[in-house]
Amino acid sequence: MKRILILASALFLLTGCSNNWGWYVVDPTTTSGWNNLKFMASGAYYTIIMSLSAICISVIVGLLVALPGLSDKRGWRMFNRTYVEIVRAVPILVLILWVYYGLPALSGITLNVFWAGVLALALSDSAFQAEIFRAGIQSIARGQYEAAQSISLNYRDTMRYVILPQAIRRILPALGNQLVYMLKMSSLVSVIGLQELTRKANELVVSEYRPLEIYTILVLEYLVLILIVSAGVRWLERRMKASDT
Amino acid sequence: MTIISMRNVSKFFGDFQALKDVSLDVAFGERLVVCGPSGSGKSTLIRCINRLEAHEQGEIIVDGTTLTDKADDLDKIRGTVGMVFQQFNLFPHLTVLENLCLGPRRVLGLSDADARARAMDYLERVQIPDQADKFPRQLSGGQQQRVAIARSLCMEPRILLFDEPTSALDPEMIAEVLDVMTELASSGMTMIVVTHEMGFARRVADRMVFMDKGEIVEIGAPEDVFTAPKSKRFAKFIKQILNH
Repeated sequence: MKRILILASALFLLTGCSNNWGWYVVDPTTTSGWNNLKFMASGAYYTIIMSLSAICISVIVGLLVALPGLSDKRGWRMFNRTYVEIVRAVPILVLILWVYYGLPALSGITLNVFWAGVLALALSDSAFQAEIFRAGIQSIARGQYEAAQSISLNYRDTMRYVILPQAIRRILPALGNQLVYMLKMSSLVSVIGLQELTRKANELVVSEYRPLEIYTILVLEYLVLILIVSAGVRWLERRMKASDT
Repeated sequence: MTIISMRNVSKFFGDFQALKDVSLDVAFGERLVVCGPSGSGKSTLIRCINRLEAHEQGEIIVDGTTLTDKADDLDKIRGTVGMVFQQFNLFPHLTVLENLCLGPRRVLGLSDADARARAMDYLERVQIPDQADKFPRQLSGGQQQRVAIARSLCMEPRILLFDEPTSALDPEMIAEVLDVMTELASSGMTMIVVTHEMGFARRVADRMVFMDKGEIVEIGAPEDVFTAPKSKRFAKFIKQILNH
């Protein structure tokens, strides 16, 4: 709350100091300003849905890639390393373009902008998720595996009931970071035309010629989204800690 | 009747030979106490029996099953052999009751209610039924170790291995764990206990095994080995342990 107040007052000062600002474009007291604001905010739908879908997929893919990385068989570990190194090496913007324009030519599958965006974001993030999961699982003491073995739990149940619940608690802050990162990276999907926050702002700039004000609002939109996510992750961490004691 | 049979078992960790050609037979219902200086291979010995460690040479037969890497055999062995660890190794994110129910539910296929009833039975037996809904970290070390024993018992094993079960405990908590183990011993469970608690060994053990440098140096009934140790190394070891 305090942070928001400081920001608001900083903005107010900026408006007062300079006659280059033209806040009328996003002035909620006028009809056109209000409509412009609504137009910009409507992009939040795709930004949120796309980021959440992508993070869900990337967590699952990341876990599936992390597990072979922990195997004592060389071949499985090689698979993990290869995946992580290759995917991590592709810039996310390039990946978005490749999935949207390249993949249909290669496979004959045409994805709409939304799913192309989700797929590219998820793919890119999955390499990082895999590393996070691997580190989290590796941090669980050997004794936990041995105890699970001593009561005959198989690999799947050991992971599901013993190792992952503990690992996920440990990597929760890192997963929160990834979600924040994902929300920001989703702005890149605007290049293939998805009507998310950044795209909406761009379109408004083209018709209104007030980039300074519009992009400032855009910054604030991301800030609000991310502050909400941060608060949510912190709440979850506290809750999980509370259930431990 | 022999339930565990080890024939010329050797185990290496890199260049270090942890077990050297060890042979040992354990009878059904026998209580065996294993002692020896640290690094003597006593933990490795019992960890080989439920294959937490794989031996490289020799043969181990547990309850009629020869230990190999085959998954079916492993399941069979681990269903027969329970283990209690020095560091308890309870699952910290689960309550005491959940710790106990996990194996019976997922491995033995018991219903929730049956698993719960069984867990409560064994919690009674280790005398902490009132702690069922707590998390491990809320319990004392002695209580945690008793929960760990109950967790093993819930799988109804025929053999129970103890790897220095009281070494991580404060002195005042050792007795409560040893009491539970003594009670178990009197119920006819086959037990192999790695411990330095010589009082417990004298009271409970059918046979004592003394290991040094990966070999079984001395083996026999406690009254015999304590009063007339055959090897110098064991004589020195008991002297050190009893004097401290």
